[in-house]
Amino acid sequence: MLKIEDLHVEVDGKTILKGITLDIAAGEVHAIMGPNGSGKSTLAYVLAGREGYEVTKGSVTYKGQNLLEMEPEIRAAEGVFLGFQYPVAIPGVSNIYFLKAALNAIRKHRGQDPLDAIDFMKLSKEKAGLVQLPDQLTKRSVNDGFSGGEKKRNEIYQMAMLEPSLAILDETDSGLDIDALKVVAEGVNALRGPERAMLVITHYQRLLDYIVPDVVHVLIDGRIVRTGDKNLAKQLERDGYSEVRDAIQP
Amino acid sequence: MSSATESIDAILKKKYDAGFITDIEQEYAPPGLNEDIVRFISAKKEEPEWLLEWRLKAYRRWLEMKEPRWAKVSYPEIDYQDICYYAAPKSKDDAPKSLDEVDPELLATYEKLGIPLHEREVLAGVAVDAVFDSVSVTTTFRKKLSEVGVIFMSFSEAVQEHPELIRKYLGSVVPVSDNFFAALNSAVFSDGSVVYIPKGVRCPMELSTYFRINAAKTGQFERTLIVADEGSYVSYLEGCTAPMRDENQLHAAVVELVAHKDAQIKYSTVQNWYPGDENGKGGIFNFVTKRGLCEGERSKISWTQVETGSAITWKYPSCILKGDDSIGEFYSVALSNHRQQADTGTKMIHLGKNTKSTIISKGISAGHGQQTYRGGVKIMRGASNARNYTQCDSLLIGDKCGAHTVPYVDVRNSTSKLEHEATTSRIGEDQLFYCRQRGLAEEDAVSLIVNGFAKEVLKELPMEFAVEAQKLLGVSLEGAVG
Repeated sequence: MLKIEDLHVEVDGKTILKGITLDIAAGEVHAIMGPNGSGKSTLAYVLAGREGYEVTKGSVTYKGQNLLEMEPEIRAAEGVFLGFQYPVAIPGVSNIYFLKAALNAIRKHRGQDPLDAIDFMKLSKEKAGLVQLPDQLTKRSVNDGFSGGEKKRNEIYQMAMLEPSLAILDETDSGLDIDALKVVAEGVNALRGPERAMLVITHYQRLLDYIVPDVVHVLIDGRIVRTGDKNLAKQLERDGYSEVRDAIQP
Repeated sequence: MSSATESIDAILKKKYDAGFITDIEQEYAPPGLNEDIVRFISAKKEEPEWLLEWRLKAYRRWLEMKEPRWAKVSYPEIDYQDICYYAAPKSKDDAPKSLDEVDPELLATYEKLGIPLHEREVLAGVAVDAVFDSVSVTTTFRKKLSEVGVIFMSFSEAVQEHPELIRKYLGSVVPVSDNFFAALNSAVFSDGSVVYIPKGVRCPMELSTYFRINAAKTGQFERTLIVADEGSYVSYLEGCTAPMRDENQLHAAVVELVAHKDAQIKYSTVQNWYPGDENGKGGIFNFVTKRGLCEGERSKISWTQVETGSAITWKYPSCILKGDDSIGEFYSVALSNHRQQADTGTKMIHLGKNTKSTIISKGISAGHGQQTYRGGVKIMRGASNARNYTQCDSLLIGDKCGAHTVPYVDVRNSTSKLEHEATTSRIGEDQLFYCRQRGLAEEDAVSLIVNGFAKEVLKELPMEFAVEAQKLLGVSLEGAVG
């Protein structure tokens, strides 16, 4: 589904990613772990197509197409979803209105008819239930005045509504207490499926107790330095990143 | 220039959709302004002597006045002798008696504008008085309205049919010498609309006027007078467009509203005059005086405006809260793109006890647009327990535009309460990216964010108008940001 090869990325002239190679197949959940400043969010943004992230070398192929040539909204329509670490507020625009516009834009791209209000509300109710998002939050302005936990639940609710092929979750656990974390993780797990790939970016192993990954990568200084199974995450939690860093540096 | 700014600029260059020119035979007065022209206009309208005298008085006052220059707008000097003060579709003598008699070309124009002048207005429930250049072309639904005693007709007709009404109220809210542009209008106004709602009547439909400037080098000087008698209610809509022309055109209108005891007037405007091209060539100079008098106790006047057009906008729909417990409201969305300049706001003058006013102003600037909110809240000694709430928010799109807020507050008693809130924000790259990541194209994202910003005001508009306004904001901006 997603094939990243030797990806180098610069931000403001500074090289952040220094040759990432990654292969995620449909149905797989990959976790990327790493200390602050290792380039985790950069990877998420460059996959989603944010401006200001310059690819200097390497390639990204998504469903056989060159992902890097697509506009962000085309990537979204093709099924790439980014769960933001810091979701922004859009005052005055109701969550539900926003999502209906987004969903129908994506459906249009796929050659499907727009969902009418009734079908949309039905779908919304079902998906909001996944992450126990209160009805009133779907009607409030997008992320406006939401608590940290509400914002993250809202991201997963949006993901459930948009049914992406590739979900990139950027530090979805940050700012969540343990109960909220469980709710969010359950929502994510409910969306796992043979057709869907996920890339879960996190700082802590904690999240991976609930969203159990198939593969774990350790990202340090813009490079993937280790790849393993879920036990690698546990080892990191125990020994810390410095151990790994020391091990790879001569 | 960042790529973000470039893409914004590209999207900002949208076309003006109402910019077609209608080819109809017009009758003009020669350009220039003098007493003869004023007499010519008055004679054309077969006006009574007192009205001609009123016009001449205004003209003479105008000669002594200076064009106001305190607004934050800059424009080349206007040559008042180079403007036509009267232009009308020809054959006024056999004026249309019904829609069938209206020049089909004119109807086609309205159709292009999407005005439901034909049968569609039945569905829309709108009675339209369309003012084309200077003459009111047709008033629909008059019969239905007259059954409940509502007068809704062109100014010229009202002068003939209800002279006592005109004589009583004309200039009673905006005196001839109020300001330079009001004086000019008073001297040369050629048509407009008159509405009278009798005691206790709730006007059964939304009343609507559509203004369009078509002829080149003409000014449009329409005059609107709405009187709501005791306990009545009316909702009035006003829309405007003009064709694209290279030279600037002048629009100086006067609107007077009078609300008697327990009466309510809701006045909504969607102004989409031609704003000029992206380099600031052409466009309408919009100098408008709008004022409402809450004459009676518990009367209420609400102004709602969506201002997306004009090269220059100079406009301050105001309320004089004379009756005790009267209420004034002002809801505004003004958008300046390209080289547009808008200096707009309101004045709330509290005279009566327990009077209340609310001001919600939303300014949006993009391109090189300049936007000024200018508001005055004046609470006089007798206006005990008066209240005012003001909120003015500015949204900036790109890095070459400007937003300015100039609130004046003058309170002369100690029992009144005033609140003022103001914010300035930018459409952020992060907001746009968030929307695009969810599948929305950039221009749709901008339109969504802008409409969200303007929502508090748009919800004050009557339904059909709100939809139109929402679309208009979308097209006027097609995808800005930085």
